[in-house]
Amino acid sequence: MADVKLENVNKVYENGFHAVHDLDLDITDGEFVVLVGPSGCGKSTALRMVAGLESITDGKLIIGDRVVNDVHPKDRDIAFVFQNYALYPHMTVRQNIGFALKLRKESKSEIDRRVEEAARLLELTEWLDRKPGQLSGGQRQRVAMGRAIVRRPQVFLMDEPLSNLDAKLRVQMRAEVNRLQHDLGVTTLYVTHDQIEAMTMGDRVAVMDKGWLQQVDTPQNLYDHPDNLFVATFIGSPQMNLVLGTLDLGGAEPHVVVGAHRFDLTPAVLAERPGLRGFDGADVVIGIRPESLEDAAIDAGRHPSTIDVMVELREGLGSEVVAHARLDARTPKVETAQKDPDASFTGGGGVEVVARLDPRTNVRMGNLATLSVDVERLHFFDQATGLAIRT
Amino acid sequence: MAIAAPPPAVDVDARAAHPANEPVGARTHRVLGSLPTAVLWAIVLIWTIPTIGLLVTSVRPEADQFGAGWWTIVTNPSLTAEHYGNALFDPPGGSLPFSDAFLNSFAIAIPGTLVPIAIAAAAAYALAWMDFKGRHWLFIGVLAMMAVPLQMALVPLQQLYTGGAHLTIAGTTFIVFPDLDLNNKPVAVWLAHTAFGLPLAIYLLHNYISGLPRDVFEAARIDGAGHFGIFWRIVLPLAKPALAAFAIFQFLWVWNDYLLALVFLSQNQDASPLTIQLVNLVTSRGQGTELLPAAAFISIVVPLIIFFSLQRYFVRGLLAGSVKG
Repeated sequence: MADVKLENVNKVYENGFHAVHDLDLDITDGEFVVLVGPSGCGKSTALRMVAGLESITDGKLIIGDRVVNDVHPKDRDIAFVFQNYALYPHMTVRQNIGFALKLRKESKSEIDRRVEEAARLLELTEWLDRKPGQLSGGQRQRVAMGRAIVRRPQVFLMDEPLSNLDAKLRVQMRAEVNRLQHDLGVTTLYVTHDQIEAMTMGDRVAVMDKGWLQQVDTPQNLYDHPDNLFVATFIGSPQMNLVLGTLDLGGAEPHVVVGAHRFDLTPAVLAERPGLRGFDGADVVIGIRPESLEDAAIDAGRHPSTIDVMVELREGLGSEVVAHARLDARTPKVETAQKDPDASFTGGGGVEVVARLDPRTNVRMGNLATLSVDVERLHFFDQATGLAIRT
Repeated sequence: MAIAAPPPAVDVDARAAHPANEPVGARTHRVLGSLPTAVLWAIVLIWTIPTIGLLVTSVRPEADQFGAGWWTIVTNPSLTAEHYGNALFDPPGGSLPFSDAFLNSFAIAIPGTLVPIAIAAAAAYALAWMDFKGRHWLFIGVLAMMAVPLQMALVPLQQLYTGGAHLTIAGTTFIVFPDLDLNNKPVAVWLAHTAFGLPLAIYLLHNYISGLPRDVFEAARIDGAGHFGIFWRIVLPLAKPALAAFAIFQFLWVWNDYLLALVFLSQNQDASPLTIQLVNLVTSRGQGTELLPAAAFISIVVPLIIFFSLQRYFVRGLLAGSVKG
């Protein structure tokens, strides 16, 4: 096994498009790292550079302790799983999986042994003599995996391998890929645009946007401590609510004013984010996760700060109630990761906020509601730079 | 209370079956709708009649052939296989028997098909999937060759075959193409057919091969296949429908060719194909005319067999690349 290092890797296409900027990424031996971002963010290009399918314009790529910038894909000791599986349609499953071994001139018995071992691992044994056209999507996906594992590579590279499967199968294969990677202990770089896939699968997740790496961390840290507004809004569904507030830290009760409301900031909040002092009296972007809001009636005073909102939509999901509501406050002028199509309510001023409430809540569409705010779990961002305010 | 009987349903099918009840507009539409099919059948019939006439004439005794039209066979049904026997094994005036000319045609058509396909497939792969400078213009250049008329190249080709090509610069002569004395040898015809078949072959195969999914090629590269491995193990098997379609076209074209065989092989009776022998059958004294229909039929047997046995490839090959399977 091996670790993979990208040092200041850049990709500029012939037409001048700068797809990847100064990408630095260390993947340790046996780690599962997910590259995630919206389409066109450069994540696939980065992966294809590691595979050798795209040339590296500038920077260094190290696999194991070899610089492999100019090494042919087949000599990088990697395996690639494609989004469309890229199976050879004229070959049987057995031939598909064994193709790389055959090209390496392994003996016939060795090829058979390893193909069958891979097939057993992926429960493909009974399909070995079928052609890809006769298989279902999930089976084809497993053949693609088989083709990767049979070579016992140093590194797995996967380019949205589950995106062509239906939702149910995707969840199942997600677990299966995870288990396989864990059992084999092979260093893996996995590309997806699906943040749920990224969160559930990766040991660490690297978020990219517009060719720049935004943040690399464990899924929980990304969620709890996003470095900037892009990561904050990209990770998490429904996405984080953003409102504009004014800090007032001078008095005896440091607080932030949001529209007609005022959130008192406890000493713990300030201690954790010493950087806030520098923004005293200034406007900051406040990020509120939907689960940091709760029906004040159910919260029963545990969180004293509240907001009054007009409920515009109530979605009961059984385990929770998702309320779309309007808060009388200012909208920050920032570019966020994704436009939530559900959140595009028109009419009325204020900010659209989404809250995940206890299912016992009595909030109703068209009524006013009072929601409590968990101030300890607020996120603060500099409106000018979009960076999180922490230290 | 009794359940009321449902109202009598209007039987749509029954009404359509009685044209008298059919609305005028619908009837016009129906009649006009079948018009294209009728026209097509008429065309098929008109084009088939001469062939049927040829077949009938070829099996009638000489006197009947010249006495009246072929359709009189209905009133005078005497048949003979004599003309086939004579044409195949014993033609008048000592010209080459058709059984030999038949083999000659194969000896020309098979290499004349396989050689251009082998070259074109490799060229099409290179033009579609290998990155090199000037690829685009090279492809356009190849396509432009389709505009070169065959007739224009005959004389230069013949000179090339008999004398080679030489270039004299400052008193030194360079051999551009050696004098291989190819004239009147089958290889001369193979080369000419290869040269003239290549542009279209490269064009058709390029269209198909460039439509194969990119990630299959990338997967093969990562699996360790080089260009030759990809070509041999991936491209050729996947391009089979296109290869088959072009092979059929090229084979029929070469089989039916008269001009190239006349120019490059007419001095060599023993190697000449059916098309040449068909003309030679009638001697200067007019003998052998009665064998012509039988001989003509012998020469179209192979195209007919190929067409009917492989006709599905015509359709599939022509659609190749346009519809992803």
